[in-house]
Amino acid sequence: MAGNIAVHDPRGFPPKVVGKRLAPRLDRLDGKIIFLVDCLFDNTDVFIEEMRQWFAVHLPSVTTRVIRPRESWVDDPEMRATVAAEGQGAILGVGL
Amino acid sequence: MGLASKLEEAGVPTVPVHSQVFARLAKATALAEGRPTLRNVFVPQPVVGVPAEGLRGYIEGNDPVAQRPFMQGVIEALTEPLSDDDFKGATFERATPRLLEPDTEENLHELFIRNRWTDFLPIVLPTEERVERMLKGTRQPRDRIVGRLRPTAFREFWEFNVEKVAVNAVMAGARPEYFPIILAMASSGITARSSSTTSFATIAIVNGPIREEIGMNDGTGALGPYNQANTTIGRAFGLLSQNLQGGSVPGETYMGSLGNPLAYTFCFAEAEERSPWAPFHVDEGFKATDSTVSIFFGGWYTQSGYGPRETWQAKFVRCLTALEQYLPPLIVMDPLVAHGFAELGFTKRSLIEWCVEHAKLPARDYWDDFAMQTLIHPHAVAGIEPYASRLKAAPDEPVSLFTPDDINIVVTGGSTQAAFKMFGGRYLGRGPGTPNHGKPTFLIDEWR
Repeated sequence: MAGNIAVHDPRGFPPKVVGKRLAPRLDRLDGKIIFLVDCLFDNTDVFIEEMRQWFAVHLPSVTTRVIRPRESWVDDPEMRATVAAEGQGAILGVGL
Repeated sequence: MGLASKLEEAGVPTVPVHSQVFARLAKATALAEGRPTLRNVFVPQPVVGVPAEGLRGYIEGNDPVAQRPFMQGVIEALTEPLSDDDFKGATFERATPRLLEPDTEENLHELFIRNRWTDFLPIVLPTEERVERMLKGTRQPRDRIVGRLRPTAFREFWEFNVEKVAVNAVMAGARPEYFPIILAMASSGITARSSSTTSFATIAIVNGPIREEIGMNDGTGALGPYNQANTTIGRAFGLLSQNLQGGSVPGETYMGSLGNPLAYTFCFAEAEERSPWAPFHVDEGFKATDSTVSIFFGGWYTQSGYGPRETWQAKFVRCLTALEQYLPPLIVMDPLVAHGFAELGFTKRSLIEWCVEHAKLPARDYWDDFAMQTLIHPHAVAGIEPYASRLKAAPDEPVSLFTPDDINIVVTGGSTQAAFKMFGGRYLGRGPGTPNHGKPTFLIDEWR
């Protein structure tokens, strides 16, 4: 068509997204160990402590354990291994 | 991959808790990780600064995104069985074409704006002819992979080649002779469009013979906006960062609360010939004949002054202690200031050491800061110095804000005024909490 021009797409090359399954969910929480992961953002220690107290009051049959990575924004395989080996679930707070 | 995704991978049902402003980002990240139904739950924003009783209220209240009790969402996320929806649409391709569908110039400009491929200043449309001209600025093959970028540590990397960098260089208004510098910046692995909530910008400093070859400005108005090379090289770094990393869209791939005007462009050359001291790249181990670009991460603040005047010491202390302690200063001096300090007997290093010695805050003030609590405090707890000692200090005890390796000095400017500025600028690789532990000075000559 007259007056039309072709231009380049300015975007990079994204990786293919491969679907991954979520872990099987728990049939119930009673008697389970749930890790409360403090992601180390400012004030998240207070939030995680409030979560721990909520479970202690409302779901005392659940064992909660608070755990922290070595530093924020950096993967901590050792902490992940502990959660996977000893826990049946995890709640991360607060942040990505 | 984020922590939640890695735990799910390890067979642990996981519930990530975010504040509500991250809802779109959390969804986009889960989608890009191939787990679109990752069971995120949300609390109100903010979390920072809210006392325990307020956070308890969040936990006992409603998830503001799902509009149901927060803890009900947490429990169901751990216990509700998986369904077919958990697997639907999780695998997909996101190929980007080399060329867009031909259209009128006006429509293409609208398309680039609508798709957020610009910085909302006018761009030069990257026609095939213009991109070919840009590619003549390097001997590198168009399909050579230059690098990969991502907006933050928990997002996926996008890859790009020489041609894709050329496209963005054209859009920024750069000339082909600037292209090797832009390629060196693109190869750095450092994004000029970090998604951090704290609104980073990058500062790029060019050293070596290429400054003269392409006519960069290290004289009057060096920091801008008075030179095509300085301006468009810095702008190209921003545009290529956002487009080659998969976007910089508020709420999805950009979370900077305030944004940052320095992110439009911030690139300049050092006035090596008019400085009393060695050029920055020589301090960093390069030869004076090497052409390099060094990338500083920051741009959170600017302090200004003149001198060195009679009261320069008090002025420097006021400036230094007013800085954000997480982000050390890049001190940019006019040659008049640098010569003034040299006449007082300072070398670059001894002046930096003076700054370290005098930049102190009470420990209470030092630690009462978002970035220090989030990024530095864990290192202090782990016993890493100097942070561990600063954590042990009594609340009123003065602690140093910086180490000598944190602070840098660069000389530029036209000597119309004995002016200096301190910009927030971390030279990556120095200090914890930074996304790159390598030295961020890059040889331009490799990209000619």
